[in-house]
Amino acid sequence: MPRLFAFREKRNVRLCCPATCPPWIADCTVFKTFLKTMNLQLARLRGTSFSKPLRMGRRMQKGILMSDLLSRLLETRDWLMADGATGTNLFNMGLASGEAPEMWNVEQPDNIRKLYKSAVDAGSDIFLTNTFGGNASRLKLHGAAGRVREINRAGVELAGEVAANAGRPVVVAASMGPTGEIMAPMGTLTHELAVEIFHEQAEALKDAGADVLWVETISAPEEFKAAAEAFEKVGMPWCGTMSFDTAGRTMMGVTSAQMVAMVDKLAHPPLAFGANCGVGAADLMRTILGFVAAGPERPVIAKGNAGIPKYHDGHIHYDGTPELMAEYAVLARDAGATIIGGCCGTMPAHLAAMRQALETRPRGPRPTLDEIADKLGGFSSASDGTGDDAAPGRERRGRRRG
Amino acid sequence: MADDEIILSELDDEELVLQMHDDLYDGLKEEIEEGVRILLDRGWTPYDVLTKALVAGMTIVGADFRDGILFVPEVLLAANAMKAGMAILKPLLAETGAPKVGKMVIGTVKGDIHDIGKNLVGMMMEGAGFEVVDIGINNPVEKYLEALEREQADILGMSALLTTTMPYMKVVIDTLKEKGMRDDYIVLVGGAPLNEEFGKAIGADAYCRDAAVAVQTAKDFVSRKHNSMA
Repeated sequence: MPRLFAFREKRNVRLCCPATCPPWIADCTVFKTFLKTMNLQLARLRGTSFSKPLRMGRRMQKGILMSDLLSRLLETRDWLMADGATGTNLFNMGLASGEAPEMWNVEQPDNIRKLYKSAVDAGSDIFLTNTFGGNASRLKLHGAAGRVREINRAGVELAGEVAANAGRPVVVAASMGPTGEIMAPMGTLTHELAVEIFHEQAEALKDAGADVLWVETISAPEEFKAAAEAFEKVGMPWCGTMSFDTAGRTMMGVTSAQMVAMVDKLAHPPLAFGANCGVGAADLMRTILGFVAAGPERPVIAKGNAGIPKYHDGHIHYDGTPELMAEYAVLARDAGATIIGGCCGTMPAHLAAMRQALETRPRGPRPTLDEIADKLGGFSSASDGTGDDAAPGRERRGRRRG
Repeated sequence: MADDEIILSELDDEELVLQMHDDLYDGLKEEIEEGVRILLDRGWTPYDVLTKALVAGMTIVGADFRDGILFVPEVLLAANAMKAGMAILKPLLAETGAPKVGKMVIGTVKGDIHDIGKNLVGMMMEGAGFEVVDIGINNPVEKYLEALEREQADILGMSALLTTTMPYMKVVIDTLKEKGMRDDYIVLVGGAPLNEEFGKAIGADAYCRDAAVAVQTAKDFVSRKHNSMA
């Protein structure tokens, strides 16, 4: 079975009204035809209350299933473009450093609409909501730990408006960042508490109508797993990316190959997984090659930074040009990534260049590390901990605990 | 692994110190406490135990962290083990008036609660003999200034993990300049999204890529400062 087909088989689908639909409906040909007809119509009606297409699923004996918008797009397209930076764009609109960007969902909704719309107008098929720091642990800093629901709801509702007016199917992906705490036993955050923190935010995002949950910039495998567990509890499809910013690994030492192994073992696996942020576009591409080499069962997400941050006249500027990001987008697609976007420093101009390149440039062979370094610049470390050149361990004198 | 069971008290001083380096590397807290006690019982000065056993061991950990061989979880375990050893030594060091390298005020900038990097730097700095005053996370500029003055610190360390919070470092440095305090302190900055150019652009003395580099940079600057005062 080709790999593309393999992951489709495994993709989880969301249950719809299991209580009201009799089990035999799964086998009813008339109903299947009805669904098919409805789908054709609903595809044009996105933005109304029937925003999600209906589809027959594998677990049909439990009732009628309908797949989410992202799953449907993944089935019909061979690449999808995600969005770019949130923070960098909001700074340009006057967000003060140290302030929580999520507060603007409530206080400056026009700016957030503008942010979303700029990604959609530049051609994004998926855009992330301004809810990255919207968990209780992060909002606590701003005295808003009790406003998780309100702030996340506002962020998703604004996104829903923009998606409804897009004139094409656009996925509202609800961004969720790390808690910021270190997980036990190294730190103080227990697994149970981490699940609870993610669960609270995930439920708010789900209720507000997000198409998919999207956890990003994670470093610790324990935190990634806690998020997955929370998403299972709310019964939402999700995507998850980690940040590989330390010698090609995450801060906690996870390699690209280790992430693939972890994701494939999850009880409630993501629709797609990958890497975001990190160092520059070149490092991120090396991580993508690492994912692909590990033979993942699911589509891969690439969301790299537009170069390296530089400081100019009181604000951060990333040195990657739109041309460089266009090059990166094509390389990411050719390397095997399905969902391609940017992260910090990726502005609408970058996204537009990426979209155009993805649409116009033909698929090429999978790039080598040398080609990547040649086109995007060098890597931040000699090795990324995968393959034969994994760094050697220190020779011990003998351990007393095996 | 019973066949390579090691009894710390049966090792001679040199062997024991080397074993403690390994135990620090492996983050074995109880073994480090035991090693520290044995060395003290054998008449070592607290300062020698600190520098030869703990600081030297943490230097190896720091170097392997810098080289991408160890990662944060291992370093945290090692630092915890060192801290346990330090807890025994601290009161003794104070009694014996061991030499002080310098004092650092460290904290994560406003809006940022990511304190992993900051904690690592703090622990490694302590491991290198610095006195560290940790003012925690989410610090507005006033808190930095107040702590620097109160503690008579030599070094200010600022950390940020987010691109949304890193520009705040400039706010702190600019305020120090305004108040004419900038030259009183060595300002070190660090955090995942930063780089050297950013450090320079905002007017810090140095950007430190990781905790090991932070320790080395702090040592260099402190010795330079001492030289210029002499």
